[in-house]
Amino acid sequence: MTSSTRAPFEYAPAPESRSIVDIAPSYGLFIDGEFVDGTGDSFKSVNPASEEVLTEISSGSDADVDRAVAAARRAFTRVWGPMRPADRSKYLFRIARLLQERSREFAVLESLDNGKPIRESRDVDVPLAAAHFFYHAGWADKLDHAGLGPGPRPLGVAAQVIPWNFPLLMLAWKVAPALATGNTVVLKPAETTPLTALLFAEVCRQADLPPGVVNIVTGAGDTGRAVVEHDDVDKVAFTGSTEVGKQIARAVAGTRKKLTLELGGKAANIVFDDAPIDQAVEGIVQGIFFNQGHVCCAGSRLLVQESIHDEVIASLQRRIGTLRVGDPLDKNTDIGAINSAEQLARIRELSDYGEAEGATRWQPACDLPDRGFWFPPTVFTGVSPAHRIARDEVFGPVLSVLTFRTPDEAVAKANNTTYGLSAGIWSEKGSRILKIANQLRAGVVWANTFNKFDPTSPFGGYKQSGYGREGGRHGLAAYLKGNDA
Amino acid sequence: MSSDRLAVRKTYKLYVNGAFPRSESGRTYEVTDAKGHFLANAAWASRKDARDAVVAARGAFGTWSGMTAYNRGQVLYRVAEVMEGRHVQFCEEVAAGEGLSQSKARAAVDAAIDRWVWYAGWTDKLAAVLGGANPVAGPYFDFSMPEPTGVVAVLAPQQSSLLGLVSVLAPVLAGGNTAVVVTSKERPLPAVALAEVLATSDVPGGTVNLLTGDAEELGTWLAEHADVDAIDLTGAPAGRAMEFEREAAGTVKRVLRTPAQEPDWTADPGLSRMTPFLETKTVWHPIGV
Repeated sequence: MTSSTRAPFEYAPAPESRSIVDIAPSYGLFIDGEFVDGTGDSFKSVNPASEEVLTEISSGSDADVDRAVAAARRAFTRVWGPMRPADRSKYLFRIARLLQERSREFAVLESLDNGKPIRESRDVDVPLAAAHFFYHAGWADKLDHAGLGPGPRPLGVAAQVIPWNFPLLMLAWKVAPALATGNTVVLKPAETTPLTALLFAEVCRQADLPPGVVNIVTGAGDTGRAVVEHDDVDKVAFTGSTEVGKQIARAVAGTRKKLTLELGGKAANIVFDDAPIDQAVEGIVQGIFFNQGHVCCAGSRLLVQESIHDEVIASLQRRIGTLRVGDPLDKNTDIGAINSAEQLARIRELSDYGEAEGATRWQPACDLPDRGFWFPPTVFTGVSPAHRIARDEVFGPVLSVLTFRTPDEAVAKANNTTYGLSAGIWSEKGSRILKIANQLRAGVVWANTFNKFDPTSPFGGYKQSGYGREGGRHGLAAYLKGNDA
Repeated sequence: MSSDRLAVRKTYKLYVNGAFPRSESGRTYEVTDAKGHFLANAAWASRKDARDAVVAARGAFGTWSGMTAYNRGQVLYRVAEVMEGRHVQFCEEVAAGEGLSQSKARAAVDAAIDRWVWYAGWTDKLAAVLGGANPVAGPYFDFSMPEPTGVVAVLAPQQSSLLGLVSVLAPVLAGGNTAVVVTSKERPLPAVALAEVLATSDVPGGTVNLLTGDAEELGTWLAEHADVDAIDLTGAPAGRAMEFEREAAGTVKRVLRTPAQEPDWTADPGLSRMTPFLETKTVWHPIGV
């Protein structure tokens, strides 16, 4: 079911040049400061916007993971652990600067591998990744003052498994705090988006980071499992689905491994009748269509006060009609490609459930490219809290709209989920915002804004959205031991 | 005490939702002192009792977590006051159950009362110590604050029946959580005396629920219960802790693991028993005109 909404402007193509990146025909694993061939089967990394094969990637076997963990252990014991904290700090500052220097290269590579609009990789992912290293660099020699008790100590070797939605940024969220606190790292990037992590390996070499401090082992789920379950790992940090998070929590049960999990979400974005509607509509769009909705904290459940429902929906549809879906490297693109055929199938399946269960689907008239993986921005109205599209994480550009009459009902509906990662509140009344923010069981609450991130600001979930925080003073505790850590 | 008066003995029961029910199962088990002499028949809590206790704890969560931190601190201090008044009774219970000398029992009771006082003073400082403003690079006022995790299941230590119990329960409450506690199996009687204190100290009914019985069976049900948000496995029986942690993973519970051996409860606990049961909430608010 579509309705035609005319785009107000015609745009000439404005593609970012991809000549700045140099993708090798194949990549090995980054272990102990060197690129080495993996002993597992290799696999292809594909540009989701064109289905073009970008390169061949090594798959880390159990033996490769063994080597990576051994390298990380050696580096921890001999070099990185004993190093003066001020020197660790300087290495991280170097990495931050190198990311800034090579930011355009990273942005283009990220958009090619992931499918996200260059506007986002250029203005959000890469600058924030650099900022995370810059922020944590400063912590490395100030840990005694972090409020985590006297003399907090690193844990040792950190196993880190990250998702495909923000490949470089999630690497930064994991690697920067681990290194700042004196740990070494074995990182497993997502199967479909390994390229910026491999370019980051080159940054580590340019920074003269001692070999073994950062090791990057590419591969799929089996490689990730080998990294997480390795006996000589002291810390496991995972960002990804709640289902895999539960498997990991089971796997580390009974071990000494410290675990932090950043899992799925189904955030409520609550719009009260006194909200500035135009501003709220921008926030709703940003909340659900940012990064194609491949965002664990996406505002995927819109809760609108009943009295303004029709006005908000009309305004929202008008705005969505102006969004440009297409070439991720085009600087005018708002919505890029879905990351993989598998994810596209899941989005389609859940959307079909939405209709089958009785919600009303709306999509703007929009031309999608012939090749690649695409899904138009989608709004479901008439959604009930029992519908799957109101309960399950779609992880795509699909918004479910529910209504409420009273603030109590809004809070009850917002909290009626097994997740608790984020939430949004739109209102002009400050006291109402603070009261609702208090009542929401979610780790991040955005008031009159959405999807904002900063290295100084702790991020993480309540309930089945995981535990532990990333960013800020709180994020350090995940990588330290001590009386209060 | 005149020797010809026949004592009135106490019936030891569960403490659930502010009341003292028997186990719905009708089961009891014999509790003896350290020398094996009969002390009492304690209620042997069942799965249904555990589930009822979770319902009570969930029901009380809004009340307890919604009180001001100042008020929660006063209530926890009141617990210490009422315990002090029953000092002699606690000394007798601890001495009998743990086989301690009068002076050692007295030291344990003193420390337990003082621990309530210590945690009472924490309630209105946690937000300042664990929260704060975050200087984000943009026009936003961004602040983080600790909030209670919710319903916490506590498997209390098996050895230290009062000081250990208070040392694991008070930090859970100080942060604003509500609790379902499984007491020491063989030394449950001081916990029942503590329940009588809690019932008369303005602790809202349901905030603390104390189950006497076997952590081995109750632990499984609490670890897998979908409405329990976190579990403290301190008193988990040897060999079962890993299994409980695995079951807890099914609903992403926060888990405080079993220590290699029962800790020295007289040591300064720092924040280590409060932070596992606190969430951090971060709120972003635009700055503009």
